[in-house]
Amino acid sequence: MRDGTIVVAGASLAGLRGAEALRAGGFSGRLVLVGDEPHLPYDRPPLSKHVLTGEIAPERTTLPGVGTLAAEWRLGTPAVGLDRAGRVLLLAGGERLPFDRLLIATGARARPWPEPAAAALAGVHTLRSRDDAAALAAALAARPERVLILGAGFLGCEAASSIRALGLPVTVVDPAPSPLAGALGQVIGGFVAGRMEGAGIDLRTGTEVTRLEGEDGRVRRARLADGGTIPADLVVVALGAVRNTDWLAGSGLDADEGGLSCDRACRALDEAGRPDDAIFAAGDVARFPHPLDGDRPVALEHWGNAVAQAAHAARAMLAGPEAAGPYAEVPAFWSNQFGLTIKSLGLTEGADAVAIVQGDPRSARFLAAYGREGRTVAAVSINAGRWLPAYEGAIREGAPFPPITGGADQPRPKPVPPGLPAPQPA
Amino acid sequence: MSDADGTLFAQVRDPANRPDPYPLYARLRAHPVARQDDGTVVASGYAAIRALLHDPRVSSEDLPPAEHPPTGNPVKDWIVNPLKDRIADRHRPFIFRDPPDHGALRRQVMAQFTVARVRGMKQRTEALVAECLERCAQNRTFDLVEDLAYPLPVTVICELLGVPREDEARFHAWATQLATALEPESRKDETLRACNTETFDAIADYMRDLIREKRRAPADDMLSGLATAKDPEAGRMSDPDLIATAILLLIAGHETTVNLITNGMLTLLRHPDEFARLRADPERAPRVIEELLRYEPPVHYRTRLARAPIPFAGTVIPEGAPLVLLFAAGNRDPARFPHPDRFDPDRADNQHFGFGGALHYCVGAPLARIEAEAALTALAARLRAPRLAEDPPPYRDGSSLRGPKRLRLIIDAIA
Amino acid sequence: MRVVVDLNRCQAYAQCCYAAPERFVLRGDEMLVYDPAPPEAERAAIDRAVLACPVRAIRVEPAAAEGTA
Repeated sequence: MRDGTIVVAGASLAGLRGAEALRAGGFSGRLVLVGDEPHLPYDRPPLSKHVLTGEIAPERTTLPGVGTLAAEWRLGTPAVGLDRAGRVLLLAGGERLPFDRLLIATGARARPWPEPAAAALAGVHTLRSRDDAAALAAALAARPERVLILGAGFLGCEAASSIRALGLPVTVVDPAPSPLAGALGQVIGGFVAGRMEGAGIDLRTGTEVTRLEGEDGRVRRARLADGGTIPADLVVVALGAVRNTDWLAGSGLDADEGGLSCDRACRALDEAGRPDDAIFAAGDVARFPHPLDGDRPVALEHWGNAVAQAAHAARAMLAGPEAAGPYAEVPAFWSNQFGLTIKSLGLTEGADAVAIVQGDPRSARFLAAYGREGRTVAAVSINAGRWLPAYEGAIREGAPFPPITGGADQPRPKPVPPGLPAPQPA
Repeated sequence: MSDADGTLFAQVRDPANRPDPYPLYARLRAHPVARQDDGTVVASGYAAIRALLHDPRVSSEDLPPAEHPPTGNPVKDWIVNPLKDRIADRHRPFIFRDPPDHGALRRQVMAQFTVARVRGMKQRTEALVAECLERCAQNRTFDLVEDLAYPLPVTVICELLGVPREDEARFHAWATQLATALEPESRKDETLRACNTETFDAIADYMRDLIREKRRAPADDMLSGLATAKDPEAGRMSDPDLIATAILLLIAGHETTVNLITNGMLTLLRHPDEFARLRADPERAPRVIEELLRYEPPVHYRTRLARAPIPFAGTVIPEGAPLVLLFAAGNRDPARFPHPDRFDPDRADNQHFGFGGALHYCVGAPLARIEAEAALTALAARLRAPRLAEDPPPYRDGSSLRGPKRLRLIIDAIA
Repeated sequence: MRVVVDLNRCQAYAQCCYAAPERFVLRGDEMLVYDPAPPEAERAAIDRAVLACPVRAIRVEPAAAEGTA
């Protein structure tokens, strides 16, 4: 397909890179990008890092590519509905955008604190959008007395690192036994916990906040499940994300807060599991069968996935699903926190073993490989990014675990259970 | 891995093939990882080189002779760290070390090879290039190697390290002598070998004294920094490590940059359009240099050793096998670079192996870029009607550090 | 100008830091901090950083292209 109209719902990284890939692939028709935020696509990773520390102003994060893309923009106008039969996207304000192909890249939003009144207290923040980051950075600049972060996933830990770097007292609470337990397991999470405590974070794992309490409309303290209280005048809710699929209600597509289901060619699936040849999905919102995990449906909140999957969807839109082939990018992400660069390849979920295969945690430079049923499924480097590419092949092929023995400084790796949450039943 | 012509790498080392090894590389790439008759395993495909560069089983150290006695294999016996027989194993320079020692030594060097210090050499390098050209100003012919490409990097590295100016002449002589130690064929010559040994001892003695002097009266130079700094983890660098490091920086910084500059000028004169474009627009220099690093890299290959069996593309590289990572062949792999044999500075996605990669990525890369840019832009701007007196020029013997022995240019004038 | 670095690709070779030290800094072992909106006047230095990156992780959009959006 070269002509006609392609509409991209979602104007963030996946939407932008998808639109660019469509143009690069020869699409010369009408291209419209629809975004709920008033901003041009911006880069999110800095928001939890140097935007919070005040080193980078939030408005400087606009992504390269927006200026050269030949497209119409509908910013600040969220998609509110989809007429699949009529091939029309409905926008807030009533505009109806007809399309020949639709790329859904509406991403995800922060999961709010579940109690709305407490969530609305002054001083309670989420961190997802550029405006969120700007508001949080402004609140931090007012030097709160204690910052409480709910959730020790990547976002919570990065925010904790940045806020601690400002010299502010920080408490982090997470019900798991260690930070990053869901993504990396307690073994590696335990290492990160040591770094957090070394940086002066008051880390409370194995407990959770049950209530946020305020005075005069402003948050003052949190009550813990174990009976304790944490005074805090600024709270960052980092409890994960909810996929932006509400607007698809009634469209007949298979979508819920875990994502919009699609096939390996990124085509959206209807409730009966049939692909829609005109509607595609990419980025955080897309839940797709991952070949590295027995085609279990996964939705990845990764920068790299947004870029690669959007490009794949664009190929499938223009050349057809067969020509594009199955999407099989090895998942990859990075995080910077507490002086560490953490990089990951593959899927750790369901891993039953982890081994330090290079380096030594005592030097804070090492690489851990993850295995599942004797096969290599993931590798994570800590301040050792140049070692990581050696493991990509082993992950792609599901090579025997541990994948590499006889290396220079770790000739005989010793696998242990990784301390990941139990796998969800299929 | 077995049905390839097992003599191809021997042919690569044959000086007769020095002017144009690329057809041999293309034949090698038919088997991206190929076992040679002498047991050496040669990686010539881009993807294979990249994978092996990052593989922790691929060692930059030579194993103790007791475990792997000399085999008569020329790569193992002649190329692998020719300096190491003069250095105790534990003090080999970091280019021949594996983690974790490699990381500590390299980190200490990088701590001194600061952005400010390296960039601070830019103007000085440009002035040195101008001086070299002034000395030839009356000539209608000159040798780029002897008159510019050779002296420039030695002076730059001496100044960066903090070698007193009055000692630089000695360094030039030592550097020239030691360069022959890196030539595999020279290892056969016992006289040369003895001479290299003497040279090495002379530099080591000199460095020992210089380091003592730097400790007594530290100046703002790399050697003072290395001699006095204390790494939070590794502590202070030992004298033998310091000497090994200083000699490595001297030789590595010099034998490679000379090739980048001479191969660069040779390539530009073979592509007069590109030469003219560089003259018209000196801002093109970074693109030109990156493409030179792909098209005619200063270092054609590096040797490694398999510490453990390495399964690769359906076969296994055996433990103890000497490995050759043939960067210059990977740089011309059509599976990675469209039209790989075309010199095209405007090439997008030019992810070359010109400075190696992974843990051992060239420490001196930023300095090499500064030196090559200063030299090539000055040559483009100031030489009037330069042409090659001979093409191909005579080459030095080395097949890894490959470059012209001399590059005689005929010119109308130097502006 | 607009700049973004693919930090999945980045392996902290620090070549950008030598090319454009005002805009790229390596902290600790391998944490790259960069200015996503450097001034147009530094175009040449930023271009050098793009070209010198051994893993081609840096993407730039010159200011001239920003006008349309």
